[in-house]
Amino acid sequence: MSDLTLPMTRQRPFDPPDEAAELRQRASMHRLTYADGHVGWLVTGYAEARAVLAHPGFSNLAEKMHPPIPSRLDLVEERSRRGVPRGFFLRTDPPEHTRYRKLLTGQFTVRRMKALEPRIHEITNSCLDDMEAAGGPADLVEAFALPIPSLVICELLGVPYEDRGQFQEDSKLLVNLETKADDVIAALGRVTAYLHGLIQRKRKEPADDLLSGLIEGGELDDEELTGVGFLLLVAGHETTANMLGLGTYALLTNPDQLAAMRDDPSVVDNGVEELLRYLSIIHLGPFRVATEDVEIAGNLIKEGEMVGVHVPVANRDPSRFPDGDRLDLARPTGGHLAFGHGIHQCLGQQLARAEMRIAYPALLRRLPGLRLAVTPEEVPMRSDMTIYGVHRLPVTW
Amino acid sequence: MKIKADTTVCIGAGMCALTLPEVFDQSEDEGTVVLLRETAPEGQEEAVRRAVTLCPSGAISAS
Repeated sequence: MSDLTLPMTRQRPFDPPDEAAELRQRASMHRLTYADGHVGWLVTGYAEARAVLAHPGFSNLAEKMHPPIPSRLDLVEERSRRGVPRGFFLRTDPPEHTRYRKLLTGQFTVRRMKALEPRIHEITNSCLDDMEAAGGPADLVEAFALPIPSLVICELLGVPYEDRGQFQEDSKLLVNLETKADDVIAALGRVTAYLHGLIQRKRKEPADDLLSGLIEGGELDDEELTGVGFLLLVAGHETTANMLGLGTYALLTNPDQLAAMRDDPSVVDNGVEELLRYLSIIHLGPFRVATEDVEIAGNLIKEGEMVGVHVPVANRDPSRFPDGDRLDLARPTGGHLAFGHGIHQCLGQQLARAEMRIAYPALLRRLPGLRLAVTPEEVPMRSDMTIYGVHRLPVTW
Repeated sequence: MKIKADTTVCIGAGMCALTLPEVFDQSEDEGTVVLLRETAPEGQEEAVRRAVTLCPSGAISAS
Protein backbone atom coordinates (compact mmCIF):
# COMPACT_ATOMS: atom_id res chain seq x y z
CA MET A 1 0.00 0.00 0.00
CA SER A 2 0.98 3.60 -0.33
CA ASP A 3 0.03 6.80 1.42
CA LEU A 4 1.63 9.02 -1.21
CA THR A 5 -0.71 11.36 -3.06
CA LEU A 6 0.28 13.47 -6.03
CA PRO A 7 2.33 16.52 -4.96
CA MET A 8 0.75 19.63 -6.53
CA THR A 9 1.87 22.57 -4.35
CA ARG A 10 4.76 24.61 -5.68
CA GLN A 11 6.87 26.65 -3.27
CA ARG A 12 8.54 28.84 -5.92
CA PRO A 13 7.20 30.11 -9.26
CA PHE A 14 9.54 28.22 -11.60
CA ASP A 15 10.32 25.07 -9.63
CA PRO A 16 8.32 21.85 -9.40
CA PRO A 17 6.84 21.03 -5.97
CA ASP A 18 9.66 20.41 -3.45
CA GLU A 19 7.96 17.17 -2.45
CA ALA A 20 8.20 15.85 -6.02
CA ALA A 21 11.89 16.80 -6.24
CA GLU A 22 12.53 15.03 -2.90
CA LEU A 23 10.77 11.94 -4.23
CA ARG A 24 13.08 11.94 -7.25
CA GLN A 25 16.12 12.10 -4.97
CA ARG A 26 14.92 8.96 -3.19
CA ALA A 27 13.90 6.84 -6.20
CA SER A 28 12.83 7.07 -9.82
CA MET A 29 9.45 5.33 -9.32
CA HIS A 30 6.97 5.41 -6.44
CA ARG A 31 3.67 3.81 -5.51
CA LEU A 32 1.02 6.54 -5.72
CA THR A 33 -2.54 6.53 -4.38
CA TYR A 34 -5.04 8.05 -6.80
CA ALA A 35 -8.10 9.99 -5.59
CA ASP A 36 -10.45 6.98 -5.91
CA GLY A 37 -8.11 4.77 -3.86
CA HIS A 38 -6.43 3.08 -6.83
CA VAL A 39 -2.77 2.37 -6.09
CA GLY A 40 -0.65 3.01 -9.15
CA TRP A 41 2.65 4.69 -9.82
CA LEU A 42 4.42 8.02 -10.08
CA VAL A 43 7.57 8.28 -12.19
CA THR A 44 10.08 10.98 -11.27
CA GLY A 45 13.26 9.76 -13.02
CA TYR A 46 14.16 10.89 -16.54
CA ALA A 47 15.10 7.50 -18.02
CA GLU A 48 12.06 5.80 -16.48
CA ALA A 49 9.73 8.59 -17.71
CA ARG A 50 11.04 8.12 -21.23
CA ALA A 51 10.71 4.35 -20.97
CA VAL A 52 7.06 4.54 -19.86
CA LEU A 53 6.06 7.09 -22.51
CA ALA A 54 7.70 5.06 -25.31
CA HIS A 55 6.40 1.64 -24.17
CA PRO A 56 3.62 0.10 -26.28
CA GLY A 57 2.11 -1.64 -23.23
CA PHE A 58 0.28 1.49 -22.03
CA SER A 59 -3.07 3.02 -22.97
CA ASN A 60 -4.14 6.66 -23.08
CA LEU A 61 -7.90 5.97 -23.14
CA ALA A 62 -9.89 8.24 -20.82
CA GLU A 63 -12.19 5.43 -19.67
CA LYS A 64 -9.27 3.44 -18.25
CA MET A 65 -8.00 6.36 -16.12
CA HIS A 66 -8.33 6.94 -12.38
CA PRO A 67 -8.65 10.50 -11.04
CA PRO A 68 -5.17 11.67 -9.99
CA ILE A 69 -6.42 14.39 -7.60
CA PRO A 70 -9.71 14.79 -5.68
CA SER A 71 -11.02 17.67 -7.82
CA ARG A 72 -10.90 15.36 -10.87
CA LEU A 73 -12.99 12.63 -9.21
CA ASP A 74 -16.35 13.71 -10.66
CA LEU A 75 -14.90 14.57 -14.01
CA VAL A 76 -13.21 11.22 -14.55
CA GLU A 77 -16.47 9.45 -13.67
CA GLU A 78 -18.47 11.70 -15.96
CA ARG A 79 -16.03 11.33 -18.82
CA SER A 80 -15.85 7.58 -18.55
CA ARG A 81 -19.65 7.51 -18.73
CA ARG A 82 -19.96 9.83 -21.72
CA GLY A 83 -16.72 9.09 -23.48
CA VAL A 84 -14.45 11.58 -25.19
CA PRO A 85 -15.53 13.00 -28.59
CA ARG A 86 -14.33 10.78 -31.43
CA GLY A 87 -11.45 12.45 -33.18
CA PHE A 88 -9.99 13.80 -29.92
CA PHE A 89 -7.06 11.58 -30.77
CA LEU A 90 -4.88 12.40 -27.77
CA ARG A 91 -7.18 9.98 -25.95
CA THR A 92 -6.90 7.13 -28.45
CA ASP A 93 -4.54 4.17 -28.76
CA PRO A 94 -3.18 2.57 -31.94
CA PRO A 95 -4.46 1.74 -34.48
CA GLU A 96 -7.08 4.57 -34.16
CA HIS A 97 -4.39 7.00 -32.99
CA THR A 98 -2.16 6.15 -35.94
CA ARG A 99 -4.98 6.85 -38.39
CA TYR A 100 -5.78 10.31 -36.98
CA ARG A 101 -2.20 11.33 -36.47
CA LYS A 102 -1.17 10.41 -40.04
CA LEU A 103 -3.94 12.62 -41.41
CA LEU A 104 -2.41 15.58 -39.54
CA THR A 105 1.35 15.16 -39.35
CA GLY A 106 1.82 16.40 -42.90
CA GLN A 107 0.34 19.75 -41.78
CA PHE A 108 2.86 20.26 -38.96
CA THR A 109 6.18 19.32 -40.54
CA VAL A 110 9.37 21.30 -39.93
CA ARG A 111 9.13 22.61 -43.52
CA ARG A 112 5.51 23.75 -43.23
CA MET A 113 6.20 25.53 -39.97
CA LYS A 114 9.21 27.23 -41.56
CA ALA A 115 6.87 28.52 -44.26
CA LEU A 116 4.67 30.05 -41.54
CA GLU A 117 7.52 32.07 -40.05
CA PRO A 118 6.95 35.29 -42.03
CA ARG A 119 3.33 35.35 -40.84
CA ILE A 120 4.38 34.67 -37.23
CA HIS A 121 6.82 37.61 -37.49
CA GLU A 122 3.99 39.84 -38.78
CA ILE A 123 1.65 38.85 -35.98
CA THR A 124 4.37 39.29 -33.36
CA ASN A 125 5.32 42.72 -34.68
CA SER A 126 1.70 43.80 -34.78
CA CYS A 127 1.26 42.84 -31.09
CA LEU A 128 4.42 44.81 -30.24
CA ASP A 129 3.21 47.82 -32.27
CA ASP A 130 -0.04 47.80 -30.30
CA MET A 131 1.81 47.53 -26.99
CA GLU A 132 4.09 50.44 -27.87
CA ALA A 133 1.20 52.57 -29.08
CA ALA A 134 -0.83 51.95 -25.90
CA GLY A 135 2.17 52.34 -23.60
CA GLY A 136 2.86 50.47 -20.36
CA PRO A 137 1.91 49.00 -18.04
CA ALA A 138 0.23 46.08 -19.79
CA ASP A 139 -0.65 42.47 -19.11
CA LEU A 140 1.84 40.55 -21.23
CA VAL A 141 -0.47 37.53 -21.41
CA GLU A 142 -3.33 39.50 -22.92
CA ALA A 143 -1.19 41.74 -25.13
CA PHE A 144 1.38 39.27 -26.40
CA ALA A 145 1.62 35.73 -25.03
CA LEU A 146 -1.96 34.67 -25.84
CA PRO A 147 -2.78 36.54 -29.08
CA ILE A 148 0.27 35.27 -31.00
CA PRO A 149 -0.43 31.51 -30.72
CA SER A 150 -4.20 32.10 -30.75
CA LEU A 151 -4.15 33.99 -34.03
CA VAL A 152 -1.68 31.52 -35.55
CA ILE A 153 -3.72 28.42 -34.67
CA CYS A 154 -6.97 30.11 -35.77
CA GLU A 155 -5.51 30.98 -39.16
CA LEU A 156 -3.98 27.52 -39.55
CA LEU A 157 -7.22 25.71 -38.70
CA GLY A 158 -9.49 28.21 -40.43
CA VAL A 159 -11.30 29.33 -37.26
CA PRO A 160 -12.44 33.00 -37.45
CA TYR A 161 -10.33 34.89 -34.87
CA GLU A 162 -13.22 37.23 -34.11
CA ASP A 163 -15.05 34.24 -32.58
CA ARG A 164 -12.29 33.76 -29.99
CA GLY A 165 -14.08 35.27 -26.97
CA GLN A 166 -16.17 32.21 -26.17
CA PHE A 167 -13.69 29.45 -27.00
CA GLN A 168 -10.85 31.19 -25.17
CA GLU A 169 -13.06 31.33 -22.08
CA ASP A 170 -14.13 27.71 -22.50
CA SER A 171 -10.57 26.58 -23.10
CA LYS A 172 -9.61 28.17 -19.77
CA LEU A 173 -12.48 26.38 -18.01
CA LEU A 174 -11.43 23.06 -19.50
CA VAL A 175 -7.87 23.20 -18.19
CA ASN A 176 -8.84 24.59 -14.78
CA LEU A 177 -8.48 21.89 -12.14
CA GLU A 178 -11.24 23.39 -10.00
CA THR A 179 -13.92 23.47 -12.72
CA LYS A 180 -16.84 21.26 -11.71
CA ALA A 181 -17.65 18.29 -13.94
CA ASP A 182 -20.98 19.84 -15.04
CA ASP A 183 -19.24 23.02 -16.12
CA VAL A 184 -16.56 21.07 -17.98
CA ILE A 185 -19.28 19.16 -19.83
CA ALA A 186 -21.07 22.43 -20.64
CA ALA A 187 -17.87 24.06 -21.95
CA LEU A 188 -17.14 20.94 -23.94
CA GLY A 189 -20.64 21.14 -25.41
CA ARG A 190 -20.26 24.81 -26.40
CA VAL A 191 -16.91 24.33 -28.16
CA THR A 192 -18.17 21.17 -29.86
CA ALA A 193 -21.34 22.91 -31.09
CA TYR A 194 -19.32 25.88 -32.34
CA LEU A 195 -16.85 23.71 -34.26
CA HIS A 196 -19.61 21.51 -35.63
CA GLY A 197 -21.34 24.58 -37.05
CA LEU A 198 -18.07 25.86 -38.46
CA ILE A 199 -17.45 22.54 -40.20
CA GLN A 200 -20.92 22.67 -41.79
CA ARG A 201 -20.12 26.15 -43.14
CA LYS A 202 -16.73 25.03 -44.44
CA ARG A 203 -18.28 22.09 -46.19
CA LYS A 204 -20.32 24.60 -48.23
CA GLU A 205 -17.56 27.18 -48.58
CA PRO A 206 -14.13 25.56 -48.30
CA ALA A 207 -11.08 27.78 -47.84
CA ASP A 208 -7.33 27.25 -47.81
CA ASP A 209 -7.04 25.98 -44.25
CA LEU A 210 -6.48 22.77 -42.29
CA LEU A 211 -10.12 22.01 -41.46
CA SER A 212 -11.23 22.55 -45.08
CA GLY A 213 -8.39 20.26 -46.18
CA LEU A 214 -9.52 17.53 -43.78
CA ILE A 215 -13.13 17.88 -44.96
CA GLU A 216 -12.02 17.63 -48.57
CA GLY A 217 -9.88 14.58 -47.76
CA GLY A 218 -13.10 12.78 -46.91
CA GLU A 219 -11.53 10.43 -44.35
CA LEU A 220 -13.27 11.85 -41.29
CA ASP A 221 -16.96 12.25 -40.47
CA ASP A 222 -18.33 15.43 -38.88
CA GLU A 223 -17.98 14.18 -35.31
CA GLU A 224 -14.37 13.20 -35.91
CA LEU A 225 -13.61 16.53 -37.59
CA THR A 226 -15.08 18.28 -34.57
CA GLY A 227 -12.95 16.20 -32.18
CA VAL A 228 -9.77 16.86 -34.14
CA GLY A 229 -10.53 20.59 -34.40
CA PHE A 230 -11.29 20.69 -30.69
CA LEU A 231 -7.99 19.13 -29.70
CA LEU A 232 -5.93 21.36 -31.99
CA LEU A 233 -7.75 24.54 -30.98
CA VAL A 234 -7.39 23.97 -27.21
CA ALA A 235 -3.83 22.64 -27.51
CA GLY A 236 -2.92 25.63 -29.67
CA HIS A 237 -4.19 28.04 -27.02
CA GLU A 238 -3.01 26.58 -23.74
CA THR A 239 0.60 25.71 -24.47
CA THR A 240 2.70 28.27 -26.31
CA ALA A 241 0.76 31.06 -24.62
CA ASN A 242 1.85 29.78 -21.22
CA MET A 243 5.42 29.22 -22.32
CA LEU A 244 5.62 32.80 -23.62
CA GLY A 245 4.17 34.26 -20.41
CA LEU A 246 6.04 32.10 -17.91
CA GLY A 247 9.21 32.08 -20.02
CA THR A 248 9.32 35.87 -20.15
CA TYR A 249 8.81 35.99 -16.37
CA ALA A 250 11.68 33.50 -15.91
CA LEU A 251 13.94 35.59 -18.16
CA LEU A 252 13.03 38.78 -16.29
CA THR A 253 14.24 37.18 -13.05
CA ASN A 254 17.46 35.91 -14.72
CA PRO A 255 18.87 39.10 -16.33
CA ASP A 256 22.05 37.49 -17.72
CA GLN A 257 19.97 34.81 -19.47
CA LEU A 258 17.56 37.48 -20.72
CA ALA A 259 20.48 39.42 -22.20
CA ALA A 260 21.73 36.29 -23.99
CA MET A 261 18.30 35.61 -25.50
CA ARG A 262 18.01 39.26 -26.59
CA ASP A 263 21.52 39.89 -27.90
CA ASP A 264 22.88 36.60 -29.21
CA PRO A 265 20.92 35.04 -32.09
CA SER A 266 22.99 31.86 -31.77
CA VAL A 267 21.49 31.28 -28.30
CA VAL A 268 17.84 31.47 -29.34
CA ASP A 269 17.12 27.95 -30.67
CA ASN A 270 18.77 26.13 -27.78
CA GLY A 271 17.55 28.76 -25.34
CA VAL A 272 13.95 27.94 -26.26
CA GLU A 273 14.63 24.23 -25.60
CA GLU A 274 16.13 25.12 -22.22
CA LEU A 275 13.09 27.22 -21.29
CA LEU A 276 10.90 24.27 -22.30
CA ARG A 277 12.96 21.91 -20.12
CA TYR A 278 13.31 24.24 -17.14
CA LEU A 279 9.66 25.29 -17.05
CA SER A 280 8.02 22.03 -18.22
CA ILE A 281 4.56 23.58 -18.07
CA ILE A 282 2.59 20.34 -17.91
CA HIS A 283 1.31 20.66 -14.35
CA LEU A 284 -0.80 17.50 -14.20
CA GLY A 285 0.10 14.33 -16.09
CA PRO A 286 0.67 12.80 -18.53
CA PHE A 287 -0.90 9.54 -17.34
CA ARG A 288 -1.03 6.08 -18.85
CA VAL A 289 -2.66 2.78 -17.86
CA ALA A 290 -0.81 -0.51 -18.36
CA THR A 291 -2.57 -2.85 -20.80
CA GLU A 292 -0.23 -5.71 -19.85
CA ASP A 293 2.33 -6.36 -17.12
CA VAL A 294 5.24 -4.03 -17.86
CA GLU A 295 8.62 -3.98 -16.16
CA ILE A 296 10.32 -0.59 -15.96
CA ALA A 297 13.69 -0.27 -14.19
CA GLY A 298 13.06 -3.41 -12.14
CA ASN A 299 9.53 -2.37 -11.10
CA LEU A 300 6.60 -4.51 -12.17
CA ILE A 301 3.66 -2.38 -13.31
CA LYS A 302 0.68 -4.71 -13.38
CA GLU A 303 -1.99 -4.65 -16.08
CA GLY A 304 -4.61 -2.03 -15.18
CA GLU A 305 -2.30 0.05 -12.99
CA MET A 306 -2.10 3.73 -13.75
CA VAL A 307 1.21 5.55 -14.12
CA GLY A 308 1.75 9.28 -13.80
CA VAL A 309 4.85 10.84 -15.30
CA HIS A 310 6.08 13.92 -13.44
CA VAL A 311 7.63 15.79 -16.35
CA PRO A 312 8.83 18.88 -14.41
CA VAL A 313 11.02 16.83 -12.04
CA ALA A 314 12.05 14.27 -14.68
CA ASN A 315 13.31 17.17 -16.80
CA ARG A 316 15.53 18.24 -13.89
CA ASP A 317 16.87 14.75 -13.15
CA PRO A 318 20.59 15.40 -12.44
CA SER A 319 21.55 12.08 -14.04
CA ARG A 320 20.39 13.55 -17.37
CA PHE A 321 20.62 17.31 -16.81
CA PRO A 322 23.35 18.16 -14.28
CA ASP A 323 22.47 21.17 -12.12
CA GLY A 324 19.02 20.93 -13.67
CA ASP A 325 17.43 23.43 -11.26
CA ARG A 326 19.42 26.20 -12.93
CA LEU A 327 18.22 28.01 -16.07
CA ASP A 328 21.15 27.92 -18.48
CA LEU A 329 20.23 28.77 -22.07
CA ALA A 330 23.58 27.40 -23.31
CA ARG A 331 23.37 23.92 -21.78
CA PRO A 332 22.79 20.82 -23.95
CA THR A 333 19.04 20.28 -23.69
CA GLY A 334 18.44 17.56 -26.26
CA GLY A 335 15.93 14.92 -25.24
CA HIS A 336 13.92 16.98 -22.73
CA LEU A 337 10.40 15.67 -22.20
CA ALA A 338 8.50 18.98 -22.27
CA PHE A 339 6.62 17.86 -25.42
CA GLY A 340 6.25 14.34 -24.06
CA HIS A 341 7.76 11.26 -25.66
CA GLY A 342 6.47 8.24 -27.56
CA ILE A 343 3.58 8.19 -30.01
CA HIS A 344 1.65 11.01 -28.31
CA GLN A 345 4.54 13.46 -28.39
CA CYS A 346 3.18 16.92 -29.20
CA LEU A 347 1.94 17.18 -32.78
CA GLY A 348 2.33 20.96 -32.78
CA GLN A 349 5.82 21.09 -31.31
CA GLN A 350 7.46 22.48 -34.46
CA LEU A 351 4.85 25.23 -34.55
CA ALA A 352 5.47 26.00 -30.87
CA ARG A 353 9.22 26.15 -31.52
CA ALA A 354 8.76 28.54 -34.45
CA GLU A 355 6.51 30.80 -32.36
CA MET A 356 8.86 30.92 -29.37
CA ARG A 357 12.03 31.36 -31.45
CA ILE A 358 10.44 34.42 -33.02
CA ALA A 359 8.50 35.87 -30.10
CA TYR A 360 11.01 35.92 -27.20
CA PRO A 361 13.83 37.79 -28.98
CA ALA A 362 11.37 40.10 -30.79
CA LEU A 363 9.80 41.13 -27.46
CA LEU A 364 13.11 41.66 -25.69
CA ARG A 365 14.62 43.65 -28.56
CA ARG A 366 11.62 45.89 -29.12
CA LEU A 367 11.12 46.63 -25.42
CA PRO A 368 14.63 46.57 -23.90
CA GLY A 369 13.37 48.20 -20.73
CA LEU A 370 10.82 45.42 -20.11
CA ARG A 371 10.28 44.74 -16.40
CA LEU A 372 7.63 43.56 -13.97
CA ALA A 373 5.08 46.21 -13.05
CA VAL A 374 4.27 44.41 -9.77
CA THR A 375 6.29 42.60 -7.12
CA PRO A 376 7.04 38.92 -7.89
CA GLU A 377 4.65 37.88 -5.09
CA GLU A 378 1.80 39.62 -6.94
CA VAL A 379 2.17 37.59 -10.16
CA PRO A 380 -0.77 35.15 -10.17
CA MET A 381 0.58 31.67 -10.94
CA ARG A 382 -1.50 28.99 -12.69
CA SER A 383 -1.23 26.46 -9.87
CA ASP A 384 -4.90 25.66 -10.45
CA MET A 385 -4.60 24.63 -14.11
CA THR A 386 -3.47 21.43 -15.87
CA ILE A 387 -1.04 23.60 -17.81
CA TYR A 388 1.17 25.80 -15.62
CA GLY A 389 2.09 29.41 -16.32
CA VAL A 390 0.98 32.88 -15.25
CA HIS A 391 -2.64 34.02 -15.28
CA ARG A 392 -1.41 37.56 -15.88
CA LEU A 393 2.01 39.16 -16.17
CA PRO A 394 1.81 42.90 -15.48
CA VAL A 395 4.83 44.50 -17.17
CA THR A 396 6.02 47.94 -18.13
CA TRP A 397 9.01 49.20 -20.21
CA MET B 1 27.24 4.30 -40.63
CA LYS B 2 24.03 2.90 -42.18
CA ILE B 3 20.73 4.62 -41.41
CA LYS B 4 17.30 2.95 -41.49
CA ALA B 5 13.81 4.42 -41.18
CA ASP B 6 10.45 2.77 -40.59
CA THR B 7 7.57 4.94 -41.77
CA THR B 8 4.98 2.58 -40.25
CA VAL B 9 6.28 3.44 -36.77
CA CYS B 10 6.99 7.15 -37.49
CA ILE B 11 4.59 9.68 -35.94
CA GLY B 12 5.91 12.69 -37.85
CA ALA B 13 7.18 14.62 -34.83
CA GLY B 14 9.92 16.05 -37.03
CA MET B 15 12.78 15.76 -34.55
CA CYS B 16 15.06 14.10 -37.12
CA ALA B 17 14.38 16.73 -39.79
CA LEU B 18 14.98 19.44 -37.20
CA THR B 19 18.24 17.85 -36.01
CA LEU B 20 19.85 16.87 -39.32
CA PRO B 21 18.02 18.18 -42.41
CA GLU B 22 20.86 16.97 -44.67
CA VAL B 23 19.84 13.40 -43.92
CA PHE B 24 16.21 13.44 -42.77
CA ASP B 25 13.21 15.03 -44.41
CA GLN B 26 9.44 14.61 -43.96
CA SER B 27 6.96 13.57 -46.64
CA GLU B 28 4.53 16.25 -47.81
CA ASP B 29 1.41 14.16 -47.22
CA GLU B 30 1.96 12.27 -44.00
CA GLY B 31 4.92 14.12 -42.53
CA THR B 32 6.67 10.79 -41.98
CA VAL B 33 10.41 10.39 -42.24
CA VAL B 34 12.10 10.43 -45.65
CA LEU B 35 15.76 9.40 -45.79
CA LEU B 36 17.70 11.69 -48.12
CA ARG B 37 20.70 9.36 -47.83
CA GLU B 38 21.24 5.98 -46.25
CA THR B 39 24.73 6.53 -44.91
CA ALA B 40 25.79 9.25 -42.49
CA PRO B 41 27.72 12.13 -44.08
CA GLU B 42 31.31 12.19 -42.89
CA GLY B 43 31.65 13.88 -39.52
CA GLN B 44 27.88 13.75 -38.95
CA GLU B 45 27.74 10.38 -37.18
CA GLU B 46 27.19 12.07 -33.83
CA ALA B 47 24.27 14.12 -35.18
CA VAL B 48 22.73 10.98 -36.67
CA ARG B 49 22.98 9.26 -33.28
CA ARG B 50 21.40 12.32 -31.66
CA ALA B 51 18.49 12.19 -34.13
CA VAL B 52 18.01 8.49 -33.32
CA THR B 53 17.89 9.27 -29.57
CA LEU B 54 15.50 12.20 -30.05
CA CYS B 55 13.01 10.23 -32.16
CA PRO B 56 9.96 9.73 -29.92
CA SER B 57 8.68 6.61 -31.69
CA GLY B 58 11.87 4.65 -32.41
CA ALA B 59 11.34 4.99 -36.17
CA ILE B 60 14.99 5.53 -37.11
CA SER B 61 18.09 3.51 -36.33
CA ALA B 62 21.77 3.70 -37.21
CA SER B 63 24.49 1.08 -37.08
